[in-house]
Amino acid sequence: MLEPLWGWPPPVLDPAGPYAEKVTVLAWALFAMGLLVTGVVIVALWVAIKGPPWIKSKLGGEKVVWIGGVAFPAVVLTILLVWGLTLTASLTQGITGKETRIRVTGEMWWFRVQYLGPNGEVILNDANEIHLPVGEPVVLELRSADVIHSFWVPHLSGKKDMIPGRKLFLRVQADKAGRYGGVCAEYCGGPHALMGFVAVAHERAAWEGWLAERHAAQAAAPAGPAMPGRRIFLESGCGACHRVAGTEANGLIGPDLTHVGSRLTLGAGILPNNHGTLMGWIGDSQSIKPGNRMPSYSMLPAEKLDAIADWLGRQK
Amino acid sequence: MPMRDRSKLPLRPVAPVWAMMAGLALLSACKQPPASRIDADAAAAARGLSAMETVGCGACHEIPGLDWPKGRTAPSLVGFDDIGPIAGQLANTPANLAAFVRNAPAAKPGSLMPAMPLSESEARDVAAYLYRIDDD
Repeated sequence: MLEPLWGWPPPVLDPAGPYAEKVTVLAWALFAMGLLVTGVVIVALWVAIKGPPWIKSKLGGEKVVWIGGVAFPAVVLTILLVWGLTLTASLTQGITGKETRIRVTGEMWWFRVQYLGPNGEVILNDANEIHLPVGEPVVLELRSADVIHSFWVPHLSGKKDMIPGRKLFLRVQADKAGRYGGVCAEYCGGPHALMGFVAVAHERAAWEGWLAERHAAQAAAPAGPAMPGRRIFLESGCGACHRVAGTEANGLIGPDLTHVGSRLTLGAGILPNNHGTLMGWIGDSQSIKPGNRMPSYSMLPAEKLDAIADWLGRQK
Repeated sequence: MPMRDRSKLPLRPVAPVWAMMAGLALLSACKQPPASRIDADAAAAARGLSAMETVGCGACHEIPGLDWPKGRTAPSLVGFDDIGPIAGQLANTPANLAAFVRNAPAAKPGSLMPAMPLSESEARDVAAYLYRIDDD
């Protein structure tokens, strides 16, 4: 993944917003409770083997089993369950007011990203990248187009499955601007391990600017109208799966490429986005992400890959 | 081909018997000896590998030392330390290699490898790494 999720502290223990913080608190509490119970069990075991006879006879009684083995776990686990569910209930709360709404659909093996207007209408199509304003909750509407995926940006919130036929909500919030790595956290076949994305948090004004730039680019004709890359892209049939607003390319199977030149990554969060990696991805994506649904266009000579990459790189 | 001064090669503890065998191999081999010709700095080479990961050279090239990706759009760089002219054309010098990896079309007009987002010093580090590939 381009935005690493390894290193220390692990992102789960390094929350960047209130929702992720709840998950961290829960994780530490469960860890502490687990440690406590393990300690009690070890002490009891030690006493049962090495302790004086009068304690041994007490420990061997039926009462100890009822209290320590049934009542104690039942009470503790019930309390933890209720507390945990209450603590994290706000993570999955839907729209309550004017929150920013983004629909993220898990696809084999990438993330379709659609920014929604106040009435739920799609105002911008993108992929594998989620831009959000800092310091406010953003409501993600999670869907799946095929199998069960799971959406996870450990710095910003909990993990939430994307289930076919269902619409589930997950709230994320970043309290400081920056980039946060995300992954699909539920094995979804083939190149699941290469299915990632980047969440980018901007200050509110910068985020609005980012959105406005995309809209301005989309309203204008696509960049480079006379470039050979555009003709080759269309002639090679790329438009069967990919859409570039303002051209005949209107395929909806693969990621929308209207703004591909402004993305940070290629191949769903796995490669940096530059002219060279774009050529390599188009030319032989199967050697980079084996099993992904884009065929390798190794029949295209490098001159054509170069031209397509040149044109696509300008689609901001 | 004249024998090179072995003291310039990267230092390795070599048992005398192996040194003798290596010496014999050197005398009998037509190919370059199995060690990199340019004595590149190890720290620079390490920075070079990390720069290559950051810009994604692996999207097109298989590169020894890089587990993923191993793209096949462009030639594999396995054994790169033993190649002749760079891209079949440019004199094989560190300066030429650094210039080529940074802006191939400028270094070799007509090259289909695109310019890569590397600074001049990063390009020198990448060249250092490529010279240190020692996979034979």
